[in-house]
Amino acid sequence: MNAEATKPITEADMHGYADGQLSAARRLQVEAYLAGHPVEAARVQAWMLDNQALRGLLAPVMHEPIPVRMPLAPSRVALPWRNLALAASIAFVSAGTGWIARGTVDDPPPQVAQVAASRDAPMPDFAQRAAVAHVVYSPDVRRPVEVRADQEEQLVAWLSKRLGAPLKPPHLTAVGYELIGGRLLPGEQGPVAQFMYHDAQGQRLTLYVTREAAKSGETAFRFAQNGPVNVFYWVDARFGYALSAGIDKSELARVATAVYDQLESR
Amino acid sequence: MQSASAEIVACIPALRRYARGLTGSRDAADDLVQDALERAWSRMALWQRRGDMRSWLFSILHNRFVDRVRSQRATPEDPPGEDEVIVPVRATQSDLLEVRDLDAALARLPPDQREVLLLVAVEQMKYEEVAATLKVPLGTVMSRLSRARERLRAILEGRETVSKLKVVK
Repeated sequence: MNAEATKPITEADMHGYADGQLSAARRLQVEAYLAGHPVEAARVQAWMLDNQALRGLLAPVMHEPIPVRMPLAPSRVALPWRNLALAASIAFVSAGTGWIARGTVDDPPPQVAQVAASRDAPMPDFAQRAAVAHVVYSPDVRRPVEVRADQEEQLVAWLSKRLGAPLKPPHLTAVGYELIGGRLLPGEQGPVAQFMYHDAQGQRLTLYVTREAAKSGETAFRFAQNGPVNVFYWVDARFGYALSAGIDKSELARVATAVYDQLESR
Repeated sequence: MQSASAEIVACIPALRRYARGLTGSRDAADDLVQDALERAWSRMALWQRRGDMRSWLFSILHNRFVDRVRSQRATPEDPPGEDEVIVPVRATQSDLLEVRDLDAALARLPPDQREVLLLVAVEQMKYEEVAATLKVPLGTVMSRLSRARERLRAILEGRETVSKLKVVK
């Protein structure tokens, strides 16, 4: 007889159930208990709705621009630039947004430098660049993209023209992510596109699309981790794709699969 | 050390969200976050990967919040949570009333309960992480969470009267 199976249900278990913090086995036991106790079930249900309501109440804060007064770097530290592409990206950001320039000029985000200089993951160059582009742009609250999703037609036309091949951002609402927009970035030899998405909690992910990877031959789905950024990348006949986010691997895999399926079905 | 800086910056939106929930006011929340960030930057060298960055930053913010609550008890003319009502930009007209109710109810929770509830419900921290962040035992986290939920329910179900909201300009 399993000790956990006979352990009585506590109120802590009910909170753990509402907050998704129980083991799978315990969750089933609590579920079975709640099925037979409608009063307790209603309490737990109300807690879960309160959780959702609180998240909804505060979610807009995640999308507000970070106020100028927030210090974005220690007062005086200068690190050498690690990477030309990085420098170019930062210059790009600096030109567009004063507040992030303050932080980045004083101190290029070391996370970016770490990603750029990382040697632990044998990633292809384009996936590496995608990871760098992700950490550079995804925290940008005020101007994460150049063209926003409400001008999707223009975005598609512009990026397709610049990359020299028809290109459309996949729609990921079915897996909980909404398109914010896209931008053009410098790749190794030419332009690449970056699409940015976010979920209801403001978690951002970016899809990096380049034509430069295609010459190296098609590859299956690959995963790499670079510092805090997880990346799924693959190459098809026309483009190389890299999907980057600071979310865990299984969640990212779910989204990557959705992206892959949509691109394949076109 | 290398990634610490960018990790701090990446946490700013969540810190602002948490502080907004704690104070109910944009200005008070940003004061708190600014204060916490200044402290974090000056102590970054001490952090040295001794743990989770998010926990560390939320701990600093928590300490600033506790200091603030203490100093406001001494000068009670400006209680947090009552100087401004959050009106989220994305809320539709019909949501507004409920949002204000929830906001007002949240402001009525004792600060220590509000902290635990927000860390669990909004920041979605594990209970152990909440305990580490607030530097209290796990049992304390659970009892504050339980009391916070009971009280929030009581207020929202009208079993406890909510003070009249101030009119938003």
